[in-house]
Amino acid sequence: MNLLCETPHPSRRAVLMTGGALFAWAYMPRFARAADNRDPRLIVVVLRGALDGLSAVGPVGDPDYAGLHGDIALSLTGPHAALPLDSFFAVNPAMPVFARLFKANQAAVVHAAATGYRERSHFDGQDVLESGFSGPGHVATGWLNRALENLPAGDRVATLGGLAVGPSTPLVIRGAAPVLGWAPQSLPEPAGDLAARVLNLYRHRDPVLAVALQKGLDADRMALDDQMGAKAMKPKGGLDSAAGMRQAAQGAARLMSADDGPRVAALAFDGWDTHVNEGGATGRLATLLGGLDGAFEEFEKGLGERWKDTAVVAITEFGRTAQINGTVGTDHGTGTVVLLAGGAIKGGRVIADWPGLKPAQLYQQRDLAPTSDVRAVLKGLLADQFGLSAAVLGDKVFPDSAAVKPMANLVA
Amino acid sequence: MAAPTKVSTAPDPALIAFNRFGLGARPDDRDKLTGDPRGYLKAELRQPDIAMITYDGPAYADLLGSTPAIQASMAARFQRKLDKDMAKAAAKPAMINAPGMEKTAAIPNAGAMPTAPAKAPAPAQPPVAAPTKPATPPVEAILYKAEAQARFDKALKAEVGFVERLVYFWSNHFCVSVAKDNVVRASAGAFEREAIRPFVLGRFADMLTAVERHPAMLFYLDNQQSVGPDSRAGKNRQRGLNENLAREILELHTLGVGSGYTQADVTSFARILTGWTMAGREGRLGEPGSSVFNANAHEPGDAVLLGKTYPGGGMGQAEAALDDIARHPATAQHIATKLARHFIADDPPAAAVARLAKVFTKNDGNLRALAATLIDMPEAWSTPLDKMRSPFDYVAAVRRAAGPGPANDPGQSLAWLNALGEPLWQPPGPNGFSDQADSWASAEGMKVRLDIAWQAARQVKDIGNPDDMLDALIGPSASPETRQEIARAESKQQGLALLLMAPEFQRR
Repeated sequence: MNLLCETPHPSRRAVLMTGGALFAWAYMPRFARAADNRDPRLIVVVLRGALDGLSAVGPVGDPDYAGLHGDIALSLTGPHAALPLDSFFAVNPAMPVFARLFKANQAAVVHAAATGYRERSHFDGQDVLESGFSGPGHVATGWLNRALENLPAGDRVATLGGLAVGPSTPLVIRGAAPVLGWAPQSLPEPAGDLAARVLNLYRHRDPVLAVALQKGLDADRMALDDQMGAKAMKPKGGLDSAAGMRQAAQGAARLMSADDGPRVAALAFDGWDTHVNEGGATGRLATLLGGLDGAFEEFEKGLGERWKDTAVVAITEFGRTAQINGTVGTDHGTGTVVLLAGGAIKGGRVIADWPGLKPAQLYQQRDLAPTSDVRAVLKGLLADQFGLSAAVLGDKVFPDSAAVKPMANLVA
Repeated sequence: MAAPTKVSTAPDPALIAFNRFGLGARPDDRDKLTGDPRGYLKAELRQPDIAMITYDGPAYADLLGSTPAIQASMAARFQRKLDKDMAKAAAKPAMINAPGMEKTAAIPNAGAMPTAPAKAPAPAQPPVAAPTKPATPPVEAILYKAEAQARFDKALKAEVGFVERLVYFWSNHFCVSVAKDNVVRASAGAFEREAIRPFVLGRFADMLTAVERHPAMLFYLDNQQSVGPDSRAGKNRQRGLNENLAREILELHTLGVGSGYTQADVTSFARILTGWTMAGREGRLGEPGSSVFNANAHEPGDAVLLGKTYPGGGMGQAEAALDDIARHPATAQHIATKLARHFIADDPPAAAVARLAKVFTKNDGNLRALAATLIDMPEAWSTPLDKMRSPFDYVAAVRRAAGPGPANDPGQSLAWLNALGEPLWQPPGPNGFSDQADSWASAEGMKVRLDIAWQAARQVKDIGNPDDMLDALIGPSASPETRQEIARAESKQQGLALLLMAPEFQRR
């Protein structure tokens, strides 16, 4: 069963129906950005632990869904009814902001998506997702950093560099292009010129630490310059808590909304490995999804008038088993969702070549079969937002992936 | 981040002993280490029970074994439920005298924990109408703090701290996370004392078995709920297999990812592991909170794992499988690589890895032999100190250098670890915290280290001369630039903070 699931949208449908042949036309460079006053931004949220795409955006119209996902399946009826996106898919009720953005054509879903990785190790899966290589074992640089690195020399986006949120830098944005690191902090500021002296020592003895510390100081200064001040930024929880996700998004949005702030950011949220008592419309996963939804809201609020040029994409290493396991959770699987939000997104659509959920339609008779490549989505965003060519994307940003064509028309 | 371009001179053997192998020198330590750093490290390996934490001293009154710790957590949970039920009942006056109400009796107040196990409900007491919020922290928080205190104290008391470093290495290799639930929160410290420390100079296979059957691990990786589909429990209840523990044992604890096992091996191993669980509060399977084998949940029949058939028959099936996996060549390679990465370099020399793997195999996973091999490795003494101290190592080194000493509240150290992105016993996933220098030399991490160095220096009452401290902590190999920067500091506090930020103090 090949069901094309999206709300009617003629141009989009036409492109999808004709397959890959027409993709090439879409990549005329958009260097006229200054003229049209666009100032694009891209935020990548990595959901570590493998998000259950079937519980985030449930195929409530699929006759096999409720049976497979059992007690945790989303439903359009009952006290915690899922929020319908179209006649086939509904989003988890923990995500009202996403549903609102979807209605306003500022959010979209790509369903039954996966990277090229087909094993089920979190850590290899995350390495593939973040490195952008086709297999594990590449942990030095990430695709988002290489995208910056491959922008034309002097490009404003490249010059402003990237932003890494959290105490450690996610692999996706590690690499040669400059990256600012920032996380909410709560320790007292050193008095006097201690920082300058340490920097001076590092410049002479340890240039790597000099660069790191300088960036840390810069990020802190930028975040604290804001009128909200330091008090508002006390840590409220780790990046596996709803409050922590919201707060991380708040800080990132503030840094990115500045005229000379980074245009590209990466955040990593933990805790999506729901083997036990995953919950459906309520419960553990719903709490996390609520945190992600809160992050979307903070991005929208914090970016203000820049939201219209912003694309946010949430990705995860792989999906989870279509059938719930023996402990009302799900084990490591394959196909899952990519969530897109932002004023720049051509939203209101669930983009899916739906594979179906009958036993023979499942990947290895256990997982949602992948019919879209996550890399195609990411390439589409990078092409539309920053004008990167399909050739560069297929060679430098996602090495050896020329066969994976950028998904066209993701950006309005 | 670009490849390190820092200047590296031939490292000083004493600095290697204290920083690469240990937890950093305390102000008088370098004097003791005269002439023979290797011998000094080996002497630490020979001290009896060097890895163990003892219960002596009033500071450790709250330390419990995992079984009573989990019982205390269960009791507190049960009490919360009672309080909630009673609050509900109080809201409905008609229900108060309903039959059966008297039977759900109060157990000793959770505030009196953690010494009261909850085997059976205590004699009935009249229910208190409105439960008041206890002023004491939850029992799991008391236990966590007591365990953290014991761990920091041990780090401060160690001579060099090589064995402690080995404990941290294995604790991270076999990590659990207190973010999982209250069972793990109550028992994560006890897990390290019971399943890691006794074996850190013993056999790998023994540590593996102790780890995988410990309630903290069974809960962290969900095996306590995994039920064989064809077991009695599986047929009666709507529960089944959970393959989380099986997968992570193969991928992370032993063979390593990509070593040749298949999805079928994972599923089969999950079946083999069914029945490894923890006795619940009612004690039907054994002492509540203890690790037990539940034959009713165990998948019956033979099972094939990595091409070998393990005959059905209870707990021994998984024990035999673990024993074989512990001896597997891929396990030797995996462990050797991680150890060499931890103690020598992010990209460890291939020869060092090969030698460690060989010693592992030849000595049947004897970890004391492995530790001695590390000490004897020329690479450990010639490779530049390019790795970064992990947050715990850094905080321990700061405390050893600047105090305060043992028996002080661990709250600030724990907060530092949170800020540095390495909260104690709370890794982001079952693969533990990163062991690569890049991860800990992040922009945010360095800014936080600066703040910590300043805070630590400010708290020292009588600093003395920072130049002398440099000699005492780093020694003659300190770079001229470091020496000069400290000598020029505008205050003793600033001088000490500079010392705590110096590359010689950050790198190992």
